[in-house]
Amino acid sequence: MQDLINVFIKSAFIENMVLAYFLGMCSYLAVSKTVKTAIGLGAAVIFVLLITAPVNWLINEYLLKEGALGFLGETFAAVDLTFLRFIAFIAVIASMVQLVEMVIEKFSPSLYNSLGIFLPLITVNCAILGTSLFMVQREYSLAESTFFGAGSGVGFFLAIVAIAAIREKIRYSKIPPALRGLGIAFIITGLMGIAFMSLMGIKV
Amino acid sequence: MSEVKDIVVEKVAKEPLFSNKNKALLKDPLDDNNPITVQVLGICSALAVTSQVYPSLVMSVCVIFVCAFSNLSISLMRNIMPGRIRMIVQLIVIAALVTIVDIFLKAFAFDVSKQLSVFIGLIITNCIVMGRLEAFAMGNKPWPAFLDGIGNGIGYGVILIIVGALRELFGAGTLLGYPILNAEDGSWLASIGYTHNGIMAATPAAAMFIIGILIWIQRSRKPQLVDIS
Repeated sequence: MQDLINVFIKSAFIENMVLAYFLGMCSYLAVSKTVKTAIGLGAAVIFVLLITAPVNWLINEYLLKEGALGFLGETFAAVDLTFLRFIAFIAVIASMVQLVEMVIEKFSPSLYNSLGIFLPLITVNCAILGTSLFMVQREYSLAESTFFGAGSGVGFFLAIVAIAAIREKIRYSKIPPALRGLGIAFIITGLMGIAFMSLMGIKV
Repeated sequence: MSEVKDIVVEKVAKEPLFSNKNKALLKDPLDDNNPITVQVLGICSALAVTSQVYPSLVMSVCVIFVCAFSNLSISLMRNIMPGRIRMIVQLIVIAALVTIVDIFLKAFAFDVSKQLSVFIGLIITNCIVMGRLEAFAMGNKPWPAFLDGIGNGIGYGVILIIVGALRELFGAGTLLGYPILNAEDGSWLASIGYTHNGIMAATPAAAMFIIGILIWIQRSRKPQLVDIS
């Protein structure tokens, strides 16, 4: 259990997807103009990551890995489908996002309306695919992958809400005109990244 | 066979392959419509791989390839593709091209492929590729779409290489592995107190600052690019 909590803490704070790896930047910069929308997108990302990380783990373990198709019989034991990994993962993510969208629409129309266009946007969020690829590279187990997915989602949520709050305040500051908007958002993100670097010393 | 040739020749005669309009497609993304500093797409993979020039160079070539050929194939398919499933079709095309790049790198440049690790795979979700497909390839003929892909890939690569060069020069004192700034004990630079900058070398945060400053420079030269929000 302690291992799992360590994986969670590590992915949420020390190796934060946004502020340490700078993944998911596109939606992070595009949807962080107000705190309210940032919270919506962050919640949706946590939700999708919680589902896609374990599903992609199962697909990789039981379909794509070298020798994973052995249960079909002798002839399939040597099949190595790892080259299909990118296509399989992105297809899972795209269909999961679609499924999540349909489920939310059915059971909670109010949440669906508040998330609006952000749900389909999640498909092309690098943080989601990045989580699945890191999970394979680091050879996590199924439980670890689930916690890794949850941690990455929480990390993304924290980062996007933080930058949105800063950007709401900074709108009233005197910034050189050419730096206003995106320029300053980049520089703030860099500073936040350096602040998060101080967490790297923590050993878990 | 000759019939096919004739059709091609006829099309070329209608509009020269490198007409002014097509040249603009290649040139605009380098500055006025740069994918990173103006359209703000594809930042994700731009930052993590830029600690040295060589990986940035490899990454740019990969993105140019994927961008150009995905634009070309989606543009060829644009009239037969049902609107509802176009996102999935686009993603599958991109994923297939990225798989080709990944396998190619593993075979011919294994060291770089190790260094770039998951970031080659993340070209799939690089917003430039998807963004150009939606914004340009879905509504234009294959040849302009192909040029647009190459132009945007190069515009992306230019920024990546600038960032990579600055980070490698000030972080490690080398460019493409050749020593430029020598700051070892006893050298002239060390005697005036120069040391390599740890932030430049170690963290992608440096890339954020460099891109922020590039945007600043570009927008002070061209005030029409400034957005108020």
